[in-house]
Amino acid sequence: MNFEEIKSKLKNYTVGIAGVGGLGSNCAIALARVGVGKIIISDFDIVYESNLNRQYFFKDQIGLRKVDALKENIQRINPEIEIIDNYIKLNEDNIVEIYKDCDVIVEAFDLAEMKKMLIETLLSELPEKPIIIGIGMAGYGDSNSIDFRQSENLYICGDEKSEVSDENPPLAPRVGMVANMQANTVLEILLSKK
Amino acid sequence: MNITLNNRPESFGQERITISELLEIKNFTFKMLVIKVNNKLVKKDSYDSSVIKNGDDVTVLHLVSGG
Repeated sequence: MNFEEIKSKLKNYTVGIAGVGGLGSNCAIALARVGVGKIIISDFDIVYESNLNRQYFFKDQIGLRKVDALKENIQRINPEIEIIDNYIKLNEDNIVEIYKDCDVIVEAFDLAEMKKMLIETLLSELPEKPIIIGIGMAGYGDSNSIDFRQSENLYICGDEKSEVSDENPPLAPRVGMVANMQANTVLEILLSKK
Repeated sequence: MNITLNNRPESFGQERITISELLEIKNFTFKMLVIKVNNKLVKKDSYDSSVIKNGDDVTVLHLVSGG
């Protein structure tokens, strides 16, 4: 497929992104650049200076809602993308309603318990839906540890072991690797649809 | 019995084991787990009662913070 064909196919699809921090913001930007038709983003947080070491926001966006700032950044890159933005904290009771019509859902939370909540909710309530999760991306170096595996409709990106801490912070390169691996998996799923 | 655990073949002497026993044998001591057996979610409250048998496909995800 050439890029025009890829773009015209991707235009028909909707991708849900749960959380727009390091994983979600970078994944959304990659998907917007290649022309995914509609992106549904949700996050309850605002942009802090400490986010700028890895998240796709700018210094003059500190204090804005992340969903508003990301929408603005996506529109500066590709104004044709339709963005549905929810300034909301996702939980067991609202996830299904927000994401049920997506072709693919990207898990992009930072906290392990939120990842668990989202995965369990989707596996029980929307068992057929492809879910792409990011686990393990703290620190720097060791590129080869970042891996990909699939378990039915669950797609797992990351090293599955490195946990963030003060001594092992999340940083742009490895977080970006996993975010872009998630975006790459979205394309693989959408472009193989009949 | 032979099962698939995280996409790899694994053999056990027993004919059936519970999820709790599997976690103990494999030394999965982490708290934040998501477990699927034959693509069906198994919640924590049934780890003691849910049985794994020959041919099952088991996925154990260990969730760590970061993103």
